Amino acid sequence: MEKPILQQSDDFREEAASIPGILPESISYSVFKRFFLDVASLTLFTLRFFKEVFRPPYEFNELMKQSYLIGYRSLPLVGITAFIMGLVLTIQSRPTLAQFGAESWLPAMVAVSIIREIGPAITALIFAGKVGSGIGAELASMNVTEQIDAMQVSWTNPFKYLVVTRVVAATLTLPLLVIFADAIGLSGSFIGVNLKGSVSAHLFFSQVFQSLQFSDLFPAVIKTFFFGFAVGLIGCYKGYNSNKGTEGVGKAANSAVVFASLMVFIIDMIAVQLTSLLQN
Amino acid sequence: MTSNAALATTHDDKHSGPVVVEMEHLRKSFGNNQVLRDIHLVIHKGETLVVLGQSGTGKSVLIKCIVGLIDHDDGKLAILGHNISELQEKELIDLRKKIGFLFQSAALYDSMTVRENLEFPLRRQLDLMTQETLDSLVKEALQNVGLAAAIDKTPSELSGGMRKRLGLARTLILKPEIMLYDEPTTGLDPITSKEISRLILEVQNKYDTTSIIITHDIECARLTANRIIVLKDGRCAAEGSYKDLANSKDAWIRSFFE
Repeated sequence: MEKPILQQSDDFREEAASIPGILPESISYSVFKRFFLDVASLTLFTLRFFKEVFRPPYEFNELMKQSYLIGYRSLPLVGITAFIMGLVLTIQSRPTLAQFGAESWLPAMVAVSIIREIGPAITALIFAGKVGSGIGAELASMNVTEQIDAMQVSWTNPFKYLVVTRVVAATLTLPLLVIFADAIGLSGSFIGVNLKGSVSAHLFFSQVFQSLQFSDLFPAVIKTFFFGFAVGLIGCYKGYNSNKGTEGVGKAANSAVVFASLMVFIIDMIAVQLTSLLQN
Repeated sequence: MTSNAALATTHDDKHSGPVVVEMEHLRKSFGNNQVLRDIHLVIHKGETLVVLGQSGTGKSVLIKCIVGLIDHDDGKLAILGHNISELQEKELIDLRKKIGFLFQSAALYDSMTVRENLEFPLRRQLDLMTQETLDSLVKEALQNVGLAAAIDKTPSELSGGMRKRLGLARTLILKPEIMLYDEPTTGLDPITSKEISRLILEVQNKYDTTSIIITHDIECARLTANRIIVLKDGRCAAEGSYKDLANSKDAWIRSFFE
């Protein structure tokens, strides 16, 4: 009989505790041990995800429902944020470019900034805040009210039904949201350019597309799959393994956002380094 | 009243059918906390066993071991002739199809309506079932618990008693052979508690299920039990009928019934 992931991590904790420590017990039980045990537990959780994702039955209906809830329902927030982001970036950049007489470069500069970095990163952070916390709180609440156990005794694999569907939905919908956010952000930028000038839509978007290359767009979109995966997985991990009690729900939601946001920055840093290496 | 050693062999004369649940030297610990120490128990088909005991004596752990939600550490646990610890995941899922579990909180899916809550287990087991069959099974289950009018409501719109009844309907919809009730009347007023107890009894008579009921509600135990066991420090401290235990010479046992 397969042990639940929590129990596996409990076993791991017991095993780790039985090994005589080099550090004094008070220190060894503190931050380091907790950190490495959490990393081990998350690794087991991730391995279980990859084991379950390819194994039938596939929860297609639930995947569609989660894609709707995670992706479609995030459109207004992502759209509004992206519009403001494009507008503000344009307004803030104009004076600096004007000092060098390079105002005509504004569309190109904003386009490269939004497509390569700001669009994916800001959208992923918003996604971590909205979706990561939502998943963490929902699963933790299901854990507290024994809904996950009820699912298990209803001949359903709760990991597959709840975790796999949400992680896959987050992985697939974030890139689409980023493309949407990029488009809305550029529209905001177009309005920003026209607040103190007059540039036609045709000219603005011609300059935008002329300044962009495939190597700007492709790595930026690829990394968003990893952002989406990290947000979904961490939200599910925190919720699925939350402590019982209402306090556990709050903690799961909070730590899901913090940890997912941090992971977005770490993945972004790695992606930028890799892209830079490949381009040189 | 009988001693712990004789526990496995004694039972109501009416229930001497096939053995459904069998436990020998069952043990379960959480860290240093030994919750179940040495449980011996045999439950026969059609029997209703009530488990009493103070909080933290391992009553809920006992039934969670039966359904495989918690792995026991040591000893034998056989359900319908299958040794739980030897089952593969798929075999365990197949075995769970014969077991119903009513959770203390009813564990209704908040994101689903009453209808969807009832359809969920049906769809998991019988993918090819037509919508007409689903509808008729759902309506029958709701009528059994007197909730036909609530079919399109969400769990948040139901009272505590209604949630418990809905939980019972969801558990019974595929007519399990074994029913496990985890404190079915906790948090309910005396009238609703009695209603739930009567409902358990009706279900028992209608479907001839074998039931294990964890409860602190003595009225529920009186109404439903063929046999009662009392857990103390992870062991069966006493076993017998309601009348036997209510008249026990042991003041601690009697205190449950006062």
